[in-house]
Amino acid sequence: MADVKEMKKVLFGPVLDNNPIALQVLGVCSALAITTKLETALVMSLALTSVCAFSSLFISLIRKQIPSSVRIIIQMTIIASLVIVVDQILKAYSYEISKQLSVFVGLIITNCIVMGRAEAYAMKSPPMMSLLDGLGNGLGYSMVLIIIGTIKELFGFGTILGFPVFELVQNGGWYQGNGLLILPFSSFFLIGGLIWAIRTIRPAQVEPKE
Amino acid sequence: MSAKKETLGKTVGVVVAVCLVCSIIVSGSAVGLRSLQQTNAALDKQSNIIEAAGLMDKAQGDIAATFDKYVEEKYVDLSTGEYVEKPSENYDMYKAAKDPNYTVKVEGSNVGFQQRASIAAIYVVKDDQGKVDRIILPVHGSGLWDLMYGFLAIDSDGNTVRELVYYNQKETPGLGGEIQNPSWKAKWSGKKLYEDGEVAIQVKKNANPSDPYAVDALSGATLTSNGVQNTLTYWLGENGYGPYLKNQSWKS
Repeated sequence: MADVKEMKKVLFGPVLDNNPIALQVLGVCSALAITTKLETALVMSLALTSVCAFSSLFISLIRKQIPSSVRIIIQMTIIASLVIVVDQILKAYSYEISKQLSVFVGLIITNCIVMGRAEAYAMKSPPMMSLLDGLGNGLGYSMVLIIIGTIKELFGFGTILGFPVFELVQNGGWYQGNGLLILPFSSFFLIGGLIWAIRTIRPAQVEPKE
Repeated sequence: MSAKKETLGKTVGVVVAVCLVCSIIVSGSAVGLRSLQQTNAALDKQSNIIEAAGLMDKAQGDIAATFDKYVEEKYVDLSTGEYVEKPSENYDMYKAAKDPNYTVKVEGSNVGFQQRASIAAIYVVKDDQGKVDRIILPVHGSGLWDLMYGFLAIDSDGNTVRELVYYNQKETPGLGGEIQNPSWKAKWSGKKLYEDGEVAIQVKKNANPSDPYAVDALSGATLTSNGVQNTLTYWLGENGYGPYLKNQSWKS
């Protein structure tokens, strides 16, 4: 069985060394759309992390029973069910945020990170490790979302989690909000910058020149 | 992969078992959380009404209590413009549009729906002295993609707009979706609806901000703006709240 070191590697590896967004460039579309405010980014991170962790766990539990001819469909069914459950819980306990996230919670079903971990890891690993792997990848995704959400909300609106940090000109302060950062596509620049930063710290991630 | 995993019977068996378990989980969560979700949806509707009533500052987050204190739900027979009793428990004017007891055909209008209910549920907002302050009328009509649902808040003179709050719309974000933008919503306050008894309010391009009968259309969203215009023309006209606003039933 895996030792503690191995478990740590599986859990924290995806955060920096093997980040699903920054290295594998998966799941970018939701990262673009819902990071305008830190609050939505946090809830989305939570939703994706729980779906990713539990889908890996359940798929790993029944991995020996899944016939390989229909494995993708079975993975999709499990992921989709979990996403619906998460969506229902959000609607019940956090209605305002679920309205802002609108379709993006549903779109976790098609998020490549969840599907990718299920197919690449959970199908051939024991349940405990799969759970950690799903959790780790969720954390990697969350880290990127939280960084981007913080930058966008701070410089776009001058607030963090809705609390004013920079007083906006409209409210009699000094800070002119950056309108570009409020728009979804500005995440492209930010994610690009983040990938650059991570690859500068970890040069091993740079692809070899062709 | 071992060969015995791939028999047809086993494949079908696993698929059926997974589907069964998943469907139980999904339906279980949907049923278990339904009452909470309905409470949320009702609260969301109330908070939109409170916003249309201009009581957001007063409410201080306590939507339900403010709603109970200042807002009263009333029922209006649209053909006569008179108040009527609540038609039935759980009456919903949008569901009643298809109920044979209440349905009225919509003809000669491009508002975007074919039937409406004969009785509308409106909201009367009172101030601290119990005097009628605003009337909130639910309106809906087709935008570019789908029906847009909103509340039109009118001053107690029956002619001056206070707010136009859309709470359910599927217009393009950034273009038609700007009907929910606070700066566009602010343009409605103080506009007049009727001139010499005719519906005069217009959503048009390059409207002069000082013109009391015109609101500047949304740029890049002509069809949404037209949808707002058609919605107001219909609902303020003879087939909509026209008789009610003429009667001024809230004054008696």
